[in-house]
Amino acid sequence: MNHGKATRARRTTLPLHLIAWIVGAFILIPVVYALLGGFKQNSELSANPFGLPETWATGNYTEVLASGSFWLQMWNSTFIAVATTVVTVALSALAAFVFARFAFRGRELYFTLFTAGLMFPFAVAILPIFVLLRTLGLLDNPMGVILTQAAFGLPLTIIILRGFFRSIPGELEEAATIDGCTPFGFFWRILLPMARPAIATVSVLAIVGSWNNFMLPLVVFSEEASWTLPLGIQQFQGQYASDTARILAYLVLAMVPALGFYAVAERHLVGGLTAGATKG
Amino acid sequence: MTTLTRGPEAVRLPAPAPAARRRGRWVTITLFLLPALVLFLLLVVAPMLVAVYSSAFKWNGFGGLPTDFIGLDNFTRLFGSEIFAQDLWHLLVLVVLSICLQLPFSLALAMLLNQRIRGRALYRVVFFAPYVLSEVITGVLFSLILAPDAGMANQLLSVFGIESEWLANPDTVMPSLFIVMTWKYFGFHMMIYLAGRQNIPNELIEAAQIDGATGWKTFRHVTLPLLGPTIRISIFLSVIYTIQLFDLVWILTGGGPSHSSETMAVTMMEWGFKRTQVGYASAISVVMFVLSLVFALIYQRFVMRRDLEGASTSMGGRR
Repeated sequence: MNHGKATRARRTTLPLHLIAWIVGAFILIPVVYALLGGFKQNSELSANPFGLPETWATGNYTEVLASGSFWLQMWNSTFIAVATTVVTVALSALAAFVFARFAFRGRELYFTLFTAGLMFPFAVAILPIFVLLRTLGLLDNPMGVILTQAAFGLPLTIIILRGFFRSIPGELEEAATIDGCTPFGFFWRILLPMARPAIATVSVLAIVGSWNNFMLPLVVFSEEASWTLPLGIQQFQGQYASDTARILAYLVLAMVPALGFYAVAERHLVGGLTAGATKG
Repeated sequence: MTTLTRGPEAVRLPAPAPAARRRGRWVTITLFLLPALVLFLLLVVAPMLVAVYSSAFKWNGFGGLPTDFIGLDNFTRLFGSEIFAQDLWHLLVLVVLSICLQLPFSLALAMLLNQRIRGRALYRVVFFAPYVLSEVITGVLFSLILAPDAGMANQLLSVFGIESEWLANPDTVMPSLFIVMTWKYFGFHMMIYLAGRQNIPNELIEAAQIDGATGWKTFRHVTLPLLGPTIRISIFLSVIYTIQLFDLVWILTGGGPSHSSETMAVTMMEWGFKRTQVGYASAISVVMFVLSLVFALIYQRFVMRRDLEGASTSMGGRR
């Protein structure tokens, strides 16, 4: 009886699995092609694009891993992503705290100003930002990218954090104040620890946004020493235009951090990215 | 005591506070708000204003603010430009393709993965994965795959007798670009739909089935209307994204061949940085901004209005 039910269920879901498999192949084939292609010779890549490599040529991967520029780009990307996240979250949390828990004249005006920032697409402001950063001497300086990314990250981060801060009951604050807590003490010791889920969401948004950003680093960094991974990948493709296998190896290695982060924090990442987007 | 308030509802209770405490309160507010405000004004608001301002000038981007005022000339030149007309056409093509193909595809897969099939958690993880990769990685990967002659796509499709130059042919470049966009983004929309679907109480679906509705009828008359807010948001996100589309095009084609895949952002970067006609490029960015703004206002006013009035439009209703 039970067994019969199970087979029937399997038979009806077979077409569903088939569709899922086809879509899965559509997603995975390019990535697997790149992964295997990195182990092939270029001649083999065009003769045998899908099969396993005849001989596993590890040279492409090891040469990328041995090159200083790859690790430098990795470091630059990491540093900029972490710094952007820290600046964005710190400044937003302070502002969101004021917006959520204080009443003062002009509050709604300031808050509306920040929310209007959601309507300012980054691409629109890129030329004046470039001119401004040049004037401030922040070209080829990580701070130019970090501060700009943080500034554009403020609106959404403030909105999400303010919403969370407001949901924390006022009694808690009263109790803390009676116990002699200063506003900053309440913020730092009680509110922030409670807001951990919201902080995780906004941090994911900031990290992924910074890690994948291309347009801003493209115009700010001209010296190779400042390049982030996306710039490095683009440049690498230009430099080794006909050496497809080598570019594939570089691509695969550049995917590792993002996919690794995804594997470790899948739930946070999916939740954060979709929640962040739908809230805009 | 009540100088710290709970939220907006407490605004109208200004308890008489001692002057010293009130001053302390203002110090707190100022210190907490100022850093974010300064950064925002300096790097978001000011550049936006400068972009609008400089669109009325002939300017190479050097020597302080522009001085060579030319009124609306940049805009008349832009609206007379063939490349700009093509940019708008490409925008329209991509928006129509996204709404008619990519989003229904995402919705269908969301419905599929909402079933209790074995391994659906794994399918979800795989389908969403391209979204976490950067557009640069995606672009470089597909520029190799879609390369003419020995590119992987040609070798794969030669089984069906299909071969093309994909990105190098003006007739196939837009469909190719759209397929790459779909590869990267359908998983994201699928996740939004899945979350929206999980907010629909199963009792409603079951009730429809008890009343004799078939699978398709249940979907058409119960699930789809209830997913309305979610679908409207995903359309919104897709359009706003397409208006600003840059990275992927820049990497895949650079806008070519002969402008046949160019977008507004690509045109703007070409003029702003390669030919240093910053005033003209600013005019393009202003059009991009106005397009997004007008679309957002109209869309929220007429399409999403019902959703914004209390219905839960976002993940877990946390708007």
